[in-house]
Amino acid sequence: MSKLVFANTHEWAKIEDNVATIGISDHAQHELGDLVFINLPAVGDTLTAGEAFCDVESVKAVSDVMAPISGKVIEVNEELESAPEAINEDAMGAWICKVEVTAVPDDLMDEAAYAEFIK
Amino acid sequence: MAKRTPLYDIHVKYGGQIVDFAGYELPVQYEGLGVIKEHTAVRTQAGLFDVSHMGEIVVSGERAEEALNNLLTNDIRGMYDGQIRYSLLPNDKGGAVDDVLVYRISQTAYLIVVNASNADKDARHIAARLPQDVTFANISDAVAQVALQGPNSEAILKKLVAEEFIPKKYYSFTKNVVIGGIRCLISRTGYTGEFGYEIYCGNIDACDLYEAIMEAGKEHGLVPAGLGARDTLRLEAAMPLYGHELGEDIPVNEVGLGFGIKMGKESFVGKAALEAHEPEYERVGARLVDRGIAREHCDVYCGDEKVGIVTSGTHAPTLGYPIAMLRIKKGVEGQLTVDVRGRRLKIELIPLPFYKKA
Repeated sequence: MSKLVFANTHEWAKIEDNVATIGISDHAQHELGDLVFINLPAVGDTLTAGEAFCDVESVKAVSDVMAPISGKVIEVNEELESAPEAINEDAMGAWICKVEVTAVPDDLMDEAAYAEFIK
Repeated sequence: MAKRTPLYDIHVKYGGQIVDFAGYELPVQYEGLGVIKEHTAVRTQAGLFDVSHMGEIVVSGERAEEALNNLLTNDIRGMYDGQIRYSLLPNDKGGAVDDVLVYRISQTAYLIVVNASNADKDARHIAARLPQDVTFANISDAVAQVALQGPNSEAILKKLVAEEFIPKKYYSFTKNVVIGGIRCLISRTGYTGEFGYEIYCGNIDACDLYEAIMEAGKEHGLVPAGLGARDTLRLEAAMPLYGHELGEDIPVNEVGLGFGIKMGKESFVGKAALEAHEPEYERVGARLVDRGIAREHCDVYCGDEKVGIVTSGTHAPTLGYPIAMLRIKKGVEGQLTVDVRGRRLKIELIPLPFYKKA
């Protein structure tokens, strides 16, 4: 049974058992504009909820990506390195990394709450 | 509160994402397009920018040429009516109050186009230094300007104006040209490194002019283009931006704009300071060797020594790699790196401009 949650810093996490797949929201990619660079985390990195773990650059500016949950990186979507624009094309599909979850904050939103949040 | 240009409602209509720039609410990019598409359109077809925020100052009178020439680094003597010249507007220390375009309307009347962020400062600077018999008028708030840029610009303009009224030469203009009933000044200039025009009209006519050009451009791939693309385009063309490559405290003989500085002139504001100043720094171009993007204010190192800063940097959409303009000490040798948020990225120097139209 998987659960999709969003942070108020505009990242999503799809949690299945104790593994979370993490990406940035469609709203966030839209606000950032054309992405041209991503500084990916590495397998083994420890993520702390609310802290930056990755940065993305649009033509306009650089932005930190915050960890929506805490955990340890077990897989990284290396394809984004050469094609960060995949996030612009499909933000919910273009995941950044998968982590073994150690803690999930209780202020994450479900899809409906997040849709309301960004209104 | 930020001002709006007369084209504000049009930007909203075309889906412009509005940001505050130099005290104006202007679109950074448009919905459904974005910086890269707008940039590419200008390189391959055409884009239309609102540059109404730019300032315009008119200086006129029998002694206008002489008086103005003393305030500029370039020499405006010997220009023809309808000619344009780029110049720095220097301060007494040899820094730049602004960089400007000077339009010669006649030997006794000049239009000076200045940066929005400096318009009030420039107006005070110029007005205070003109003799009483030279007339000064700041018409910035009455004038709108759009920039039609890209290889299809001429074909688009020809649908609206008879060919004889379109300026032929780069850095020349035609005035009192009527486009769809609107009186305009058409200038063969731009800030993109691409073929194009900048068109001036009164505020009241700006929306009609913009829509007439958009309509004429439909079959030529014309798109509205925002500040984001304007910046990436000018950066590829290595055109300086005030506040980045130029400033009050940056001697103008260190910025690679020698073509616009005539040290042979008898006198001009800042000349003595420039004569006394042996350039220590230079403006150079670089591309990133390591992955990443170096932005303005990043420090540049040669080994452990800080040798300068990045003045502008971005991903270059036409070139497909990140570029930067640097202000570094002259004659530095060895591997350069740039500090990007704590990471030292290798860069290599490459010639300017980064992009030159075919």
